[in-house]
Amino acid sequence: MSATTSPAVLVLEDGRVFEGESYGAVGETVGEAVFCTGMTGYQETLTDPSYHRQVVVMTAPHIGNTGVNAHDMESQRIWVAGFVVRDPAIRPSNWRSQGDLQTSLADHGVVGISGVDTRALTLHIRDRGAMRAGIFSGPVALEPIQALLARVHAAPQMTGAALAAEVSTQEEYVVEPVGDHRFTVAALDLGIKGTTPLLMAERGIRVHVLPADTGVDRVRELAPDGVFFSNGPGDPATADSEIDLLRSVLDDRIPFFGICFGNQLLGRALGLDTYKLPFGHRGMNQPVLDRATGKVEVTSHNHGFAIAWPGGDTTQPVDTAYGAVRVSHVALNDDVVEGIECQDIRAFSVQYHPEAAAGPHDASYLFDRFVEMMQQRAGAEGEEGQHA
Amino acid sequence: MPRNEAITSVLVIGSGPIVIGQAAEFDYSGTQACRVLREEGVRVILVNSNPATIMTDPGVADATYVEPITPEIVEAIIAKERPDAVLATLGGQTALNTAIALHESGILERYDCPLIGANVESIQLGEDRQAFKGVVERCGAESARSIIAHTMEECLAAAEELGYPMVVRPSFTMGGLGSGFAHDEESLRQIAGAGLQDSPTTEVLLEESILGWKEYELEVMRDRADNVVVVCSIENLDPMGVHTGDSITVAPAMTLTDREYQELRDIGIAVIREVGVDTGGCNIQFAVNPQDGRIIVIEMNPRVSRSSALASKATGFPIAKIAARMALGYTLDEVPNDITSVGGRRPPTAPGHASGASDFYSAAFEPSLDYVVVKVPRFAFEKFPAADPTLTTTMKSVGEAMSIGRNFTEALQKALRSIERKDSSFHWRPGETPTAEMAQALLEEAATPTDGRLVLVQQALRGGATVEQAHEATRIDPWFLDQIVLINQIAEELAAAAAGPAGRATPQLLRRAKRHGFSDAQIAEITGQPEAVVRGVRQALGVRPVYKTVDTCAGEFEATTPYHYSSYDSESEVAPRTNPAVIILGSGPNRIGQGIEFDYSCVHASLALRERGFDTVMVNCNPETVSTDYDTSSRLYFEPLTLEDVLEVVHAEREAGPVAGVIVQLGGQTPLGLAAALKAEGVPIVGTSPEAIDLAEDRGAFGRVLQETGLVAPRHGTAYSADEALEVAREIGYPVLVRPSYVLGGRGMEIVYDDESLTTYVTRATTAAPEHPVLVDRFLDEAIEIDVDALYDGRDLYLGGIMEHIEEAGIHSGDSACVLPPVTLGREEMTRVREATHQLAEAIGVRGLLNVQFALAQDVLYVLEANPRASRTVPFVAKATGVQLARAAALVMLGSTIEELRDEGLLPRHRDGGDLPDQAPVSVKEAILPFRRFRTQTGQAVDSILGPEMRSTGEVMGIAADYGTAFAKSQLRAGSALPQSGTIFVSVSNRDKRSMIFPVKRLADLGFRVVATAGTADVLRRNGIQATVVRKHSQGRGPEGEPTIVEMISGGEIDMVINTPSGQGARADGYAIRAATTSLDRPIITTVQQLGAAVLGIEAAGAGPMEVASLQEHAAALDLFGQLPAGAPQA
Repeated sequence: MSATTSPAVLVLEDGRVFEGESYGAVGETVGEAVFCTGMTGYQETLTDPSYHRQVVVMTAPHIGNTGVNAHDMESQRIWVAGFVVRDPAIRPSNWRSQGDLQTSLADHGVVGISGVDTRALTLHIRDRGAMRAGIFSGPVALEPIQALLARVHAAPQMTGAALAAEVSTQEEYVVEPVGDHRFTVAALDLGIKGTTPLLMAERGIRVHVLPADTGVDRVRELAPDGVFFSNGPGDPATADSEIDLLRSVLDDRIPFFGICFGNQLLGRALGLDTYKLPFGHRGMNQPVLDRATGKVEVTSHNHGFAIAWPGGDTTQPVDTAYGAVRVSHVALNDDVVEGIECQDIRAFSVQYHPEAAAGPHDASYLFDRFVEMMQQRAGAEGEEGQHA
Repeated sequence: MPRNEAITSVLVIGSGPIVIGQAAEFDYSGTQACRVLREEGVRVILVNSNPATIMTDPGVADATYVEPITPEIVEAIIAKERPDAVLATLGGQTALNTAIALHESGILERYDCPLIGANVESIQLGEDRQAFKGVVERCGAESARSIIAHTMEECLAAAEELGYPMVVRPSFTMGGLGSGFAHDEESLRQIAGAGLQDSPTTEVLLEESILGWKEYELEVMRDRADNVVVVCSIENLDPMGVHTGDSITVAPAMTLTDREYQELRDIGIAVIREVGVDTGGCNIQFAVNPQDGRIIVIEMNPRVSRSSALASKATGFPIAKIAARMALGYTLDEVPNDITSVGGRRPPTAPGHASGASDFYSAAFEPSLDYVVVKVPRFAFEKFPAADPTLTTTMKSVGEAMSIGRNFTEALQKALRSIERKDSSFHWRPGETPTAEMAQALLEEAATPTDGRLVLVQQALRGGATVEQAHEATRIDPWFLDQIVLINQIAEELAAAAAGPAGRATPQLLRRAKRHGFSDAQIAEITGQPEAVVRGVRQALGVRPVYKTVDTCAGEFEATTPYHYSSYDSESEVAPRTNPAVIILGSGPNRIGQGIEFDYSCVHASLALRERGFDTVMVNCNPETVSTDYDTSSRLYFEPLTLEDVLEVVHAEREAGPVAGVIVQLGGQTPLGLAAALKAEGVPIVGTSPEAIDLAEDRGAFGRVLQETGLVAPRHGTAYSADEALEVAREIGYPVLVRPSYVLGGRGMEIVYDDESLTTYVTRATTAAPEHPVLVDRFLDEAIEIDVDALYDGRDLYLGGIMEHIEEAGIHSGDSACVLPPVTLGREEMTRVREATHQLAEAIGVRGLLNVQFALAQDVLYVLEANPRASRTVPFVAKATGVQLARAAALVMLGSTIEELRDEGLLPRHRDGGDLPDQAPVSVKEAILPFRRFRTQTGQAVDSILGPEMRSTGEVMGIAADYGTAFAKSQLRAGSALPQSGTIFVSVSNRDKRSMIFPVKRLADLGFRVVATAGTADVLRRNGIQATVVRKHSQGRGPEGEPTIVEMISGGEIDMVINTPSGQGARADGYAIRAATTSLDRPIITTVQQLGAAVLGIEAAGAGPMEVASLQEHAAALDLFGQLPAGAPQA
């Protein structure tokens, strides 16, 4: 914080430069610059695999106030490519704190920058769209801006990036249910957050968390009551093998629930398109309308891509190879499709984060809906069995 | 769900006078609500007894009743207006209590006029502590654990479970008598032992102590479709134990992880659902144990509150406005967020996506802040020297300042300087660094919360106390303390740089200091340079603030609402403009002597000038006000009102476009004090020039003005020492009025009758301010004081109104009841007042408003004071005469003439407020005093005697066809109306004995029983009035156990007290009498003039139910605009 900090620069793809001080690891990093408007939960954000390869700008000025703790990790590591803040905490103060954020970032090798006019940067991204950005600190920060800009331009774009494999677990693992075992779910880890399987476990679900490249055979072998596709980074248009797997699941009529990337993949599996939003939704104050109830939930978002609705009228269902599909949830701020629901098979997904972490718990009922769906299937099969 | 079309008219209940704990924020929320309802085509009927409010402007509601807010009067209004519904959730506790009373007496049902915005059951659930505990439990949350004990053994067993310290509350004792904190077994035995004895049921309630826990608040809104949003989280810097209104608070919460925050949010939402607040806002308070995160729900308010006003200003989310729409049946997603919905719309939808839910950004979201907001309370203990200044769970502050910064340090330092008090800011006086020993002493002092405790903490940290020690002493979260350490570090670096070879701070260090909120004045103090030099260097280096925008969404969406705050960052968001701008300086935090009345004038100026095509720019830092509503002015800068901060705003606005000038005349002493310095910096001041202001303020110069005009002032002199003061006093004669020079609200004024008290006063005053002399004026005994508000354009005078004080001279005009038109002045005297006012306006060079105080004694008209600015009485005058005086004033300041304004119809064509027609209604303004709030350290009420120092927090207005009824209405508020029967106590000073006879006789004739002290009783008896002699307080009980008068008052046996203080002696008796009366909130009359008015009032009230009439009806009857010139033949 004081005179001992070294200068750092943030260089945006379009040439705009922000000066600040080195924060976290010293060095350089390039990623897609996005802003997150959540006022709490920086640790969950940092450890959310969906932020892989992104330089995250926090709009809340004070970051690090509550330190870091083992409990609030959403995965094993910090995923963001770079971290931009205005006023880092001098030291943390919270009864659960086990360490300070600055050290944690340095330990994870995450290059950050502080002291930046984060609001000016946010307005820039909002007006011009998400773009690549590099953070440079230490000796490299002294290089000419043109040289730094060239390094930013050399980095890959987010559109067309297939990143699930980079963030997914390498080994399958199981999260055991809390209390009685009621259902088994195969959860494809495309960048899953730790809270998601926990919320399922709380509902009596045994969760098999599977690597992103898991094939249909393994899924069938588990004979799951339901299949879940998680959130994750990258462009859904690149995820062909995952989409194949999902189609097999739908063909098998296994109940399906998807979140975020998983929502985009359900869309693509049904034959819908996805597209990149100008600057995405990242925050935890996003109003989403549940078309079925007419109620609004305040939800946590982190997505740069979304499902494109054929014909544009999201009040109208569309026909797909799997029957009619309707938009179940829509963003109140910009009409982005935030959830879809198959009307003829047991499959639904949402673009936002009912698992929250960080964010409000308004949408946790969706996990119950998944359970109900598995229950219905069990009931239906039971009936079929009796008829046979 | 669209709005409920069955509602075509709504009665809105306001909050009445400004009192501690219920202040201007309800004018802000009520005004918003009324505007929204009218936009929706609803006929708005308003009742509010407070004339100083914007909401009682005739344009805000369709029918505005400036009438007492009592169930009887409100019933009369309902009977007359027959509204479809009553909205009571925007008028504070007063409105809510009135609504409950109306419900319980069946009136709402009888007139088929339901409450909207909250139902009775939920209001009661929120209010009833025990029921609320049940709510909390059903929500799966916790309340503070408590155990009821009947024996000492049970107490000790309870201690095992609850742990020390714990709160001991004896059951069923009056006013919490015998409560206390038990820190160990010994103190438990002591307190609980006494408590068991005191309690009529031998019962004590033992409760776990949450003192020192972290305190949080959430502002929650719910609509009838059960959508719920949390508008704002607020963290109290002062931990549990200090009322949130008296705490320094921060938004958003700073020290919660998401997990903890979401838990509070979940509980908050569960509670609002369980309580059943169907629509509207509510506020929920939590305590969080800093050791383990345990959460306790403290309370909830099922209505708009002080915190919701703060949250609205902090987030840009207008809670009251949205609550009003929701009361009509809309849901959150049907109401636009008008900050982000530019032109009422939002941008086109996502590519290829039509048919969204709505075409605007809706209020169904939770604001995200990319800045930090700090609120600091403003206290007035200096007005009540006897009051205990310890901050407790009873609110004592009279106002607050809010500031916005891009980090906590910036926001905190800005808020502290917004308080505008010497030593309210952190300081680093060179050579005054506390020693380690002093630091520990400071911490010990800071362990008890008081006004200014944070400065003690800062000094202790400066003196080397550690964060851990400071936390141990104060329980303030270490995160906040670290920020203060950071501020101290920067101060040290600045001092070191100034003392170093360069002799000054580097631009980097200077920028860093500014980023953490240092003012030029603070840097000047640290570096030993004049403030102007610091500013000059800083500006030359290009270290200037930028202005960011409050946009509810942390930049996610475009917002064009120009609600700005300064920050030392890289990019400014002030938009260029082409219209000429007028910058209006507001009045800062409310305080006694400078309150909502000044905000009223600022708001009206802004509205009037906007109508005339100017862009108006409001600068203010008071979150309670209408002026800081983001749509009152073309632009709002939420900034401290210091020279530096104002100069930077002026600079930014000059960069943005043409600036016509700055208005300093309307916000009271705060902006007025900046006038000369602003002018010296080349800032154009519109209206009365700073030189003219000085003519009125400077005693010598004003003396010359009087000489020039041939007017007289009471004889006076100026003294720099006690000896000089004695000399002056001997020359002009006692009694004398003494005061320090340059004050507002009569700070430090006293009337003294002899050498001895004069010497005491001067010694005290000159120690307090050696650089300022003491002014000694002949005090005019038994004079009639007259207040005038006038408008002058350089040629013509418009007399807004002439007010006659009901109390005699010597009581501060702000504390004195007054009546308009005057009830005892003749035409000839009114003419003299008009002429004198005109002469003064001309001689001073007024362009705009002028307030003059006159005293009429032995047929001589004395000029006591002339203030070329908006006065406290402008809104009262406007309402009494139906003329928008403040609007007219703003236009005159910008060059309109009174002639033009008369032609345009803003002012009456022929007459004015000094020339009212015979059928004019009579308006009485009465002051509301906060004595009940304050206790001495031993728990007694502080003295309620009035004097030349202003102590009222607010005012009410009574308006009626006759004086008696108007006065009775002005006295009528819940719990403290004039009695209609019962016992009165009379004890008057010798000089008043003669004049009390007639009024007391009248009261006796009306059936009152009279008790009196021996001397007074003798006089009464000789005049044929039977009075029972009662023992004085100082006499103690009689041989047969006869009670003293104080005991009788405390026992509730006296319904009204008439006690005029004598000059000297027997003061203690008078004090005990007044203190006891104040405690029970019974009417107390301390002057003979007031007694006369009270008798008229009691007669009027006894004559039958009081009639109610709206201001609109009064104005139509008065028809000032349709009047021919005085003396013209009537048609």
